[in-house]
Amino acid sequence: MEVKDASAALLSNYEVFQLLTDMKEQRKESGKNKHSSGQQNLNTITYETLKYISKTPCRHQSPEIVREFLTAVKSHKLTKAEKLQLLNHRPVTAVEIQLMVEESEERLTEEQIEALLHTVTSILPAGPEAEQKQNTSDDVTMDEEDPA
Amino acid sequence: MFVLVEMVDTVRIPPWQFERKLNDSIAEELNKKLANKVVYNVGLCICLFDITKLEDAYVFPGDGASHTKVHFRYVVFHPFLDEVLIGSIKGCSPEGVHVSLGFFDDILIPPESLQQPAKFDEAEQVWVWEYETEEGAHDLYMDTGEEIRFRVVDESFVDTSPTGPSSADATSSSEELPKKEAPYTLVGSISEPGLGLLSWWTSS
Repeated sequence: MEVKDASAALLSNYEVFQLLTDMKEQRKESGKNKHSSGQQNLNTITYETLKYISKTPCRHQSPEIVREFLTAVKSHKLTKAEKLQLLNHRPVTAVEIQLMVEESEERLTEEQIEALLHTVTSILPAGPEAEQKQNTSDDVTMDEEDPA
Repeated sequence: MFVLVEMVDTVRIPPWQFERKLNDSIAEELNKKLANKVVYNVGLCICLFDITKLEDAYVFPGDGASHTKVHFRYVVFHPFLDEVLIGSIKGCSPEGVHVSLGFFDDILIPPESLQQPAKFDEAEQVWVWEYETEEGAHDLYMDTGEEIRFRVVDESFVDTSPTGPSSADATSSSEELPKKEAPYTLVGSISEPGLGLLSWWTSS
């Protein structure tokens, strides 16, 4: 076996999530073919990777959201690696931005960091934990309306 | 976190699978060979992305199976240097904090890369960050199962392919158990603001 190019392209977590979900659907449709034999490794790694990515904000992204995000941050002149990290992690605080963007104090002013945070939180969908918090706060408001 | 790796390999399809479509058989064989395995100096292989080129298939004398040279791209877990990742703490030991991503377990944060000052609590076997404020020192424990944000600072690949039989020391090698080394390990660091347990930095 020969490796032609060890880094042909970078993949975002959303792309890997999409690939694995599609593959799982295809294998389910084609019926049970030798579940116990050599397919066990593929099953294990697919299950674990899907479990990991499902806990991140990436599971609710779509190609249109990613495209919109990349056009919106073009003005900040970020490297590919920085944009990929913003896409995968969806930072909500300035500290997280400083971690992912190299030398952010020199390259971005405070207003630019605020603008970047606003772009990230408005375009990228929140993760499963934020959804849970929203659900509990919705329940509270419903209780207050009931007696009325 | 994930990269696409272009590879070339010769895939052997046994005769009883000739009725299946060639692409499906090849995809299955490649996944059987590479999924969940570490390739030296490349990373942890996840699954096949696509097949870019299929060359002619040959049948060799003495073997009824077909051999096809395949150019394909594979999804591989290989975080780049200084990438920030989120994992969960698997446990603590005097060597450092062990972090796991679910599908990849061999991540270690050595004691010198923890938020300083840090000490190891022998009774509970956890690492503790002694955080000083004006009110006094807070002991922040790094418990098992907690989500932790860390930066990848180093990676190491170990070639675990079996070595041939050694001619000398035949008796001593049978007494020692071979050391199980992880083929791919990552070294992380949490010594920056924003890194460490997620609960340390969320303002809610």
